[in-house]
Amino acid sequence: MDSSIKMAVNDLDFFYADFQALHRILLKFTSNQVTALIGPSGCGKSTLLRCLNRMNDLIPYSRVKGQVLLEGRNIYDPNVDVVTLRRHIGMVFQKPNPFPKSVFENVAYGLRVNGMRDRSMITERVEKSLKQAALWEEVKDRIHESALGLSGGQQQRLCIARALAVEPEIVLMDEPCSALDPIATQKIEELIHQLKEKYTIVIVTHNMQQAARVSDVTAFFYLGKLIEVDETKKIFTRPSLKETSDYITGRFG
Amino acid sequence: MKGISYTASGRQRKERSIRLVFFAIALASIITLGLILLFLFMEGLPIFKKVSVQDFLLGKYWYPTDDPADFGIFALIMASIAVTGVSAVISIPLGVLTALYLAEAASARLRQWVKPVVELLAALPSVVIGFFGMVIVAPFLQDVFNVATGLNLFNAALMLAFMSIPTICSISEDAIFGVPAELKEASLALGATHWETIWRVIIPASISGICTAVILGMSRAIGETMVVLMVAGGAAMVPGSLFDPVRPMPASIAAEMAEAPFRGDHYYALFATGIVLFAFTLLFNVVADYISNRYRQVGAATL
Ligand SMILES: Nc1ncnc2c1ncn2[C@@H]1O[C@H](COP(=O)(O)OP(=O)(O)O)[C@@H](O)[C@H]1O
Ligand SMILES: [Mg+2]
Repeated sequence: MDSSIKMAVNDLDFFYADFQALHRILLKFTSNQVTALIGPSGCGKSTLLRCLNRMNDLIPYSRVKGQVLLEGRNIYDPNVDVVTLRRHIGMVFQKPNPFPKSVFENVAYGLRVNGMRDRSMITERVEKSLKQAALWEEVKDRIHESALGLSGGQQQRLCIARALAVEPEIVLMDEPCSALDPIATQKIEELIHQLKEKYTIVIVTHNMQQAARVSDVTAFFYLGKLIEVDETKKIFTRPSLKETSDYITGRFG
Repeated sequence: MKGISYTASGRQRKERSIRLVFFAIALASIITLGLILLFLFMEGLPIFKKVSVQDFLLGKYWYPTDDPADFGIFALIMASIAVTGVSAVISIPLGVLTALYLAEAASARLRQWVKPVVELLAALPSVVIGFFGMVIVAPFLQDVFNVATGLNLFNAALMLAFMSIPTICSISEDAIFGVPAELKEASLALGATHWETIWRVIIPASISGICTAVILGMSRAIGETMVVLMVAGGAAMVPGSLFDPVRPMPASIAAEMAEAPFRGDHYYALFATGIVLFAFTLLFNVVADYISNRYRQVGAATL
């Protein structure tokens, strides 16, 4: 097995009750790379992302077939503990969703539920994560105020800091900038650039320029199928399939 | 030239008169409430020409028909506090835990069935609950705990809890179920267990709604008359144990009002008891309102 493959999706089918949302997906995510998932609305990008940390377990009428291998181990294996698994895979959602707690408590949350008790260690890690998420300078004076008082862009960076605090190996992002203005978006994109030095990143985006800017590899989905996956440079300059080029040039029918 | 007219049109006049009608209706109900309050004080205060406020509130003996009569309602106050307190101890955990179970653990199917049934329980007339307490619960308590009478503090508290649980459960469940799925997912994605998520995210996020539920549920119990009249036992003494018969304030008023001579001392004393009861419910509501406001989230998420 190629050691730089962090996670591999192996013949994955996904069903919402009788509706098949994903068809035989085969995809590999390389360590320290950013993989972008693109495709029209409803093609199954979020569904796939949520399969990667078993968030879809929460949907009672859903069903998965196939494998998702994290460093060679199937995360859908019956004796995998979902809670521990999710500690290794951070997630950032489409809409900023900070807890109605202080900025500090938001970031400390993951540490506390993972058993960290030492006050100074928590403080240290909170500061480090906020710095990593490029938010520290903006919030250091209001760290004990409610996170709901932050702007949308700040809230989203807080959510990133919160995910980073537990030191995951993979970070999943589902259209993290779709609710943000251009300046906040730029900040997050810069952040993604820095984060890939330490993490493996999978990002869903509906913004072609964003995929081109931030990702190393791009996967194009359509109607629950993986149509094409390749280096981002190649996908955006000379895609091998007509559907892909139609979509990225906006000529999609 | 015809332009847009900025003067009051017929439509605006109509708006104004509608507003006036609503104002008048609101005013009428407020005035009515004010009059009731005025009446309560007018009929209650004269007793304090005979008994000092202190003797009335702290006096241990309630013998309104003796000669000379004793008008001390301390035992009645204590009975009310004890019955309400014990019923809260039963109803709050049961109501909130049931709500948590329904919102977080029960299958959608079960929830769909149980919720309406619980809400239906809230519609049970209090006299029916009182009857149940008298005929079923009282003999049961008497046998099991081997006490002198099954009509006692515990029975009354149990029946009152029975009355508040549906409201507490139903409204808390709405609050808990209404916590955005995004918050729950954020917590689980960080490696929290379901239980940790409930305890650290879902309950704090719905605490204001849960408080409101408790307030509404308990306010049904706090001034409740019929149930305590039927099952509390009626003895005007300070309760020493859970199984002592007691006489809460509303029961005392309801039982004695018919036989108290109009505008006699007994009559005034009962109205004064009503004032005390009113003060209690008012205090309860103010405190409850304060608590539920305190926990309300401040500041909405802005984008
Ligand atoms: N919870 C759900 N229950 C049923 N169907 C769903 C659910 N979530 C998504 N779907 C369906 O699955 C398909 C893929 O959805 P999604 O993964 O959200 O697409 P994308 O993120 O690419 O826009 C869509 O057809 C959508 O309607
Ligand atoms: Mg989506």
